[in-house]
Amino acid sequence: MSNHDTTPASYSLRLAHLYPDLMNLYGDRGNIITLRQRCAARGITLTVVEIGIGDPFDTRCFDLIFMGGGQDREQQRIAQDLQAKGPAIRAAVADGTPALAVCGGYQLFCRSYQLGRGEELPGIGIFPARTLHGGEGTPRCIGNVEAEWDGGTLVGFENHGGRTYLDAGATPLARVRSGYGNNGDDGTEGAVTANAFGTYLHGSLLPKNPRFADHLLLLALRRKYGDAVTLTPLDDSLEQRAHASAAAAARRENARRRRGA
Amino acid sequence: MTLPAVLASKAAGLASRRLGRGGGTALPGLVAERLAPDIVARLARTLGGGAVIVTGTNGKTTTARMLTDILRAGGTPVIHNRSGSNLMRGLAATVTAAAALNGRIPNAERTAAVLEVDEATIPAAVTAVRPQSIIFTNLFRDQLDRYGEVDSITALWRRAVAVLPPSATVILNADDPSVAALRHETRARVLTFGVDDVGAAAGEEEHPADARWCARCGAEFEYSARFFWHVGHWRCRGCGDQRPQPDVAATGIEAWADGQRVHVATPAGALRVRLPLAGLYNAYNALAAVAAAGVLDATPEQTERALRGFTAAFGRQETLRVRGRDVRILLCKNPAGVNQVLRTLAAGESGRPVHLLMILNDGIADGRDVSWIWDVDYEVLHGRTALVVASGTRAADMALRLKYAGLSERLMVEDGIQAAAGRALSQTPAGGRLYVLPTYTAMLAVRDHLAALAGRRRFWEQ
Ligand SMILES: [Zn+2]
Repeated sequence: MSNHDTTPASYSLRLAHLYPDLMNLYGDRGNIITLRQRCAARGITLTVVEIGIGDPFDTRCFDLIFMGGGQDREQQRIAQDLQAKGPAIRAAVADGTPALAVCGGYQLFCRSYQLGRGEELPGIGIFPARTLHGGEGTPRCIGNVEAEWDGGTLVGFENHGGRTYLDAGATPLARVRSGYGNNGDDGTEGAVTANAFGTYLHGSLLPKNPRFADHLLLLALRRKYGDAVTLTPLDDSLEQRAHASAAAAARRENARRRRGA
Repeated sequence: MTLPAVLASKAAGLASRRLGRGGGTALPGLVAERLAPDIVARLARTLGGGAVIVTGTNGKTTTARMLTDILRAGGTPVIHNRSGSNLMRGLAATVTAAAALNGRIPNAERTAAVLEVDEATIPAAVTAVRPQSIIFTNLFRDQLDRYGEVDSITALWRRAVAVLPPSATVILNADDPSVAALRHETRARVLTFGVDDVGAAAGEEEHPADARWCARCGAEFEYSARFFWHVGHWRCRGCGDQRPQPDVAATGIEAWADGQRVHVATPAGALRVRLPLAGLYNAYNALAAVAAAGVLDATPEQTERALRGFTAAFGRQETLRVRGRDVRILLCKNPAGVNQVLRTLAAGESGRPVHLLMILNDGIADGRDVSWIWDVDYEVLHGRTALVVASGTRAADMALRLKYAGLSERLMVEDGIQAAAGRALSQTPAGGRLYVLPTYTAMLAVRDHLAALAGRRRFWEQ
């Protein structure tokens, strides 16, 4: 399978987009558009397969898994179907398949989501964490975010009613600099298990975090074609400008919050 | 407390206009509300001509303006929050401005009110105003950083229509299932409007729909025709609830570049509405206004005449002549609205490459969360642009979205709005047309600047 002399043009990846018609809040589509464009610019073939409720999901056919966010109602709609797909997704993640779950998708990739009414949605336990919702009237965590990740800064926008708490020993994706992150208390943002990433950042996330987008692509390519694979650099000047303006917005909001305004 | 509140509010309005602050629309309302928290209720309930509230994600301003014009054409004095300030304090400012120095509204017994109201302000406004009618235009994802989720707006609306008396009328968009569902929740009289002409259907499916499931049984909707987003001829697969046959229906639409003719069937007879505005969304706005005008006994002749001479609110298909170029401003607020704007624009230019100035701000009134631009199908302009200037506080986000939509040919980024407008104008050939697509606060800024260049008055002076 792995052939180190393969020219980049012959690389191809298959991405599973989970519940695109239901979990698509806050411009999550931008993440898929970005992966498509960054592959196309390098001659990598990216095939996106939409996986909906009731669809069979053989994770062995995929190199990347993505799931976006949705309202509580949409999350309730898919929770049961996701349970059925859970063992396959867990096996794929254990096998090193890169995955990205955003906002509502992230919450369902954790162990459980306790809704305000006392109802508890089971998650699929990729991330050892659980989410609690204080119920109607609980202020949502809303605003621009800047966070420190191993590979650099991550920026995005968060808007969630639930607070996520990581189990002891779980690995956060990033440390919040400005914004709330998982819960607004412990400074963590998102979670990592093997090559699977969960995050509250939308905005969309990948367009203005090109290093993170490439990190996902590189993990997928190396898993399939071997560790020698590298990515052709792209002109990311516009991406960096968008990144900087999101970071600046997060810092402004942070300063306002500190002043208590 | 009515009189002191009216006087203080008027003084505040005068002072802030003297200082040139934002047209003086916010402060007077705050002052009046501080002195008499129930000022809207006190004054609105003296009106004998009835009060109509207009709400919904898109089309509020245009619909309210159309209805105001129709009523005035019949000689009815109308109080209207024309400056678009649609929270409770905006309503307070509007009613106090309409009152005389004795604290009363002149000719109150025959005066009507047409009030545009923010989606989330509906419960408070309904309690205060006790409207004779409420128009619900549509419900799309918009400013989720403010409203939380689309579902929370639906819940507010359901509660508001549930307390209406049978003497009130709710005017509902039959083609938007989340709006039409309100007819099951109220004792008030229900009047619906919609488009029967399936020739207006877009044929392409947009993502994402914000209404997918029946509020009654939870099953999914299916469509025999879809006009845009989730608006169309819908039917629930579960309980069989379906689009009601609209009382006020567009039976035929003939569209051209900057206008359209809409054939409208109403309970009072047929109308031919000639509208100097393009876009199916404006046909919906006209239908809503026609329906409400009928409730207030406007004659078909009066309605046709008022709509024929209708002029758009600032920034909504407004055209200015600037330095020998036609500059058309099209307000952009949310993905459903922008998709409509883009399709109307592309259809109007029938294949000619377009010059565009796109301005994305992230103020509170714009939505601090700019991720919605990734839900817009900017791709429909692929290969159709001669120039795109991206500007605003989030200019780079805008430019990046356009780059990923394949519009990077002649794409420029210029953060400052005035500099961007200058650049876009100079790059548009003389005699040509420049389209300006701004978010709300960007619209106020760019409109002001362009109007000054064109020698027009500022918006609050209109
Ligand atoms: Zn149903």
